[in-house]
Amino acid sequence: MNASPETEAKTPLPVEERRQPNTGARVAMLLLQGRTLIVLVVLIAVFSLISVDYLTQSNLLLMTKHVSITAIMAIGGTFVILTAGIDLSVGSIAGLSGMISGGLLYEGLKLPGGHTVWFSTVMVMAIGILVGAAVGAINGLLITKLNVAPFIATLGVLYVARGFADLRSGGGTFPNLAGTPARHNTGFDVLGVQSWFGVPVSIWAMVAVAALAIVVTTRTPFGRRVYAVGGNERAAELSGIRTARIKIAVYIISGACAALAGLILTSELGAAYPDTATTYELNAIAAAVLGGTSLFGGKGTIIGTVVGAFVIGYLSDGLVLVGVSPFWQLVVKGTVIILAVVLEQTQERVKARMAT
Amino acid sequence: MSAGPAATRDWDLDAPALLVAEDFVKSYGGVHALRGVTFKARTGAVNVLVGENGAGKSTLMKILSGAEQATSGRIVLDGDVVEFRSPREAMARGIGIIHQELSLFPNLSVADNIFAGRELHNRGHLTDVREHRKQASAALSRLRQEISPDTMVGDLPIGTQQLVEIARVLSQDVRILIMDEPTSALSGTEVDVLFEVMEDLRKENVTIIYISHKLEEFRRIGDYVTVLRDGALVAEAPMSETDTAWIVQQMVGRSQSSLFTRTASTVGDVILQVEGLTVPGKPTALVDNVSFNVKAGEIVGIYGLMGAGRTELMETLIGTRIRSAGSIRIEGKEAGDSRVARRLAMGLALVPEDRQRDGLVQALSVRANVLLAIVGNLTKGLLLSNGRERDVANGQVQDLRIKVPSVDAQVTELSGGNQQKVVLARALLTKPKILLLDEPTRGIDVGAKTEIFRIMSGLADAGLGVLFVSSELAEVMGMADRVLVMARGRITADLPRDEVTQGLLVSASASSQAMKVSQ
Repeated sequence: MNASPETEAKTPLPVEERRQPNTGARVAMLLLQGRTLIVLVVLIAVFSLISVDYLTQSNLLLMTKHVSITAIMAIGGTFVILTAGIDLSVGSIAGLSGMISGGLLYEGLKLPGGHTVWFSTVMVMAIGILVGAAVGAINGLLITKLNVAPFIATLGVLYVARGFADLRSGGGTFPNLAGTPARHNTGFDVLGVQSWFGVPVSIWAMVAVAALAIVVTTRTPFGRRVYAVGGNERAAELSGIRTARIKIAVYIISGACAALAGLILTSELGAAYPDTATTYELNAIAAAVLGGTSLFGGKGTIIGTVVGAFVIGYLSDGLVLVGVSPFWQLVVKGTVIILAVVLEQTQERVKARMAT
Repeated sequence: MSAGPAATRDWDLDAPALLVAEDFVKSYGGVHALRGVTFKARTGAVNVLVGENGAGKSTLMKILSGAEQATSGRIVLDGDVVEFRSPREAMARGIGIIHQELSLFPNLSVADNIFAGRELHNRGHLTDVREHRKQASAALSRLRQEISPDTMVGDLPIGTQQLVEIARVLSQDVRILIMDEPTSALSGTEVDVLFEVMEDLRKENVTIIYISHKLEEFRRIGDYVTVLRDGALVAEAPMSETDTAWIVQQMVGRSQSSLFTRTASTVGDVILQVEGLTVPGKPTALVDNVSFNVKAGEIVGIYGLMGAGRTELMETLIGTRIRSAGSIRIEGKEAGDSRVARRLAMGLALVPEDRQRDGLVQALSVRANVLLAIVGNLTKGLLLSNGRERDVANGQVQDLRIKVPSVDAQVTELSGGNQQKVVLARALLTKPKILLLDEPTRGIDVGAKTEIFRIMSGLADAGLGVLFVSSELAEVMGMADRVLVMARGRITADLPRDEVTQGLLVSASASSQAMKVSQ
């Protein structure tokens, strides 16, 4: 490309040098991103002053285990929210996957001829996650191909998926997921009960999902396109990005994450209940928003979402530990979510004023 | 026309002015939209305000109607210094404005629209729907419109909607009426009706400020003409003392050579061949049976007024709009279904008209914006290569001389001209054979304009076909090797560089038929 012939640029661009004055802005950005982290630190400090049991290793592990469920769902949800969409169906997807996998462990797959097919534990988990991904794909197709608004499409799927979870067992429970060695389907408790190196497996799962999601959002072309679609869909389209594909992909990711969370919950409970994870989608969305993800799309980080999930989890468990009544727990939780977002708005305004 | 204070038609520049904009300065960030303009609206006259896009007309009117505030300067109304903090305050002093873009609620009825924000109340403190209907009907019949006040505005043709907008302002007590391109959506008869109403208003001693691009129209109705250029007032005169050539000369001002002079490149084969292209619309086709071609090394300009279908043509070429008929061939190959990714792969790229809405991803960095179309090619294994990203982005920043603190700066930190170059850089990275530019110099300063032209010229020299849309005569005349004129969705002229004259372009842009021009 030879677009600027003859004259040399009057001020050659000292790119390396001129990055310097940006440091201040970067510190401000870091503070902005650290806002939720500051809330988390304050939270821990306050609760450990009230209760000596709060800041103990066992309690931290327990609380973090709870956090992992919300965090995994919220990470998937963050992909969706980054494209300016919303996924209300994650709680139901978690419930459905739990029921599908639980059913396969408890009674196998009953074929019409009277045969029963059994799957190994790993296969059962894989099927559970595929079910979640498939429901996510349905969300994505409804939104992109049939032009249903994301809120409505996933609200509908919320009901449908929950309905199928009930239908799988006729509303009942699969009470025993232990499996038998002969069928190679023992060990489902690994996800929700066991620990590796003293840390519950579900926490390892959260760390792995978060690490993968961070790499995908920041270091891959797909991640860049997710931000572009959410930031300005028309610009993304004119850049040749197949926006429909990106959207379908994020709902698949969200569905798969929700299914993983559902498997962890089911494994933890040792039984599959059709109403598992009801209303968990609200915690997932709250975590993403607390972490600074904009519901208008294009802005947000996975790290932020994880920190947001920690705030919600540590706050809820702390309130229980210090004996706050369940009714007041709801009031406090809601207030913290609103305050965190108000704080973000204020900081955005300050940032805008500094820029001009 | 024989009675009344305004009927004498003895206009001179010393006539009393009801509304004076004194020494208006308006800056948006670093961009100066107005640089010390003193504009007088003479009492009871039709004061025409002309200038090219970006000259500052609309900004001036927004300040006078209270929608925006001047950075400095003051408004003198009837000898008093006044201040308008909102359109409501301006309206209270009798200043009404008819906007260029419709500001109606399509989901509400005609009567509801006319009284939106100033509903009348009956004794029960409820909205007086009957009175609304009555007054709305009266305002409409003044405009010779036989439509029910209960009709949904969205169901009306666009020209009638424009008249509803006019009725809304007329139904209020205005002493000063600002009309910003009121005829752009009107048919010939509708324009005649509007002008009759304006004559009536003049007899009632209403002061009118009339913004228009259409020379024949405003010469018919105007008493004074004021010309703005690049945010400054360059001339004013009673209309009777002017002629068309003088007005165009004042508007364009700079001789074309001072902006940029292009030496034509060597022209090669036809790269883009468009035939019978049609995009349906309401009430007439947005793009109507359009045929033309662009050759390698050629810069083709499309001139036309707002709403002529130029942007729609560009959008159809790149694939964001679906055509109902016609063919688009790139190097002889039919473009097929409208998928932007496919058109990009075939060698088309578009720099859109509205870079905020269609061009930039504001939340992302300069680097991410520049590389958006080609991130898929910048990987090492599965991951993006930081080094390659940086190299390619820096390469574009240097080639196009984009002034940035660093490629990682937010794209919103840049000036308009540099933002435009970011969008251009992204388009160029797709290695287009045909570059489409829709109003590439909109809202950027003169220096950046010249640079954009230099880049376009360099691209043509390198063998690209360049197709650009512009509303500025000087731009198309200075830059294009060939000029297409569009009006009402059709191409009304196709002129080689040496046959282009301002008069031809202006008359072709107001025509609805193809002009017979020998080639």
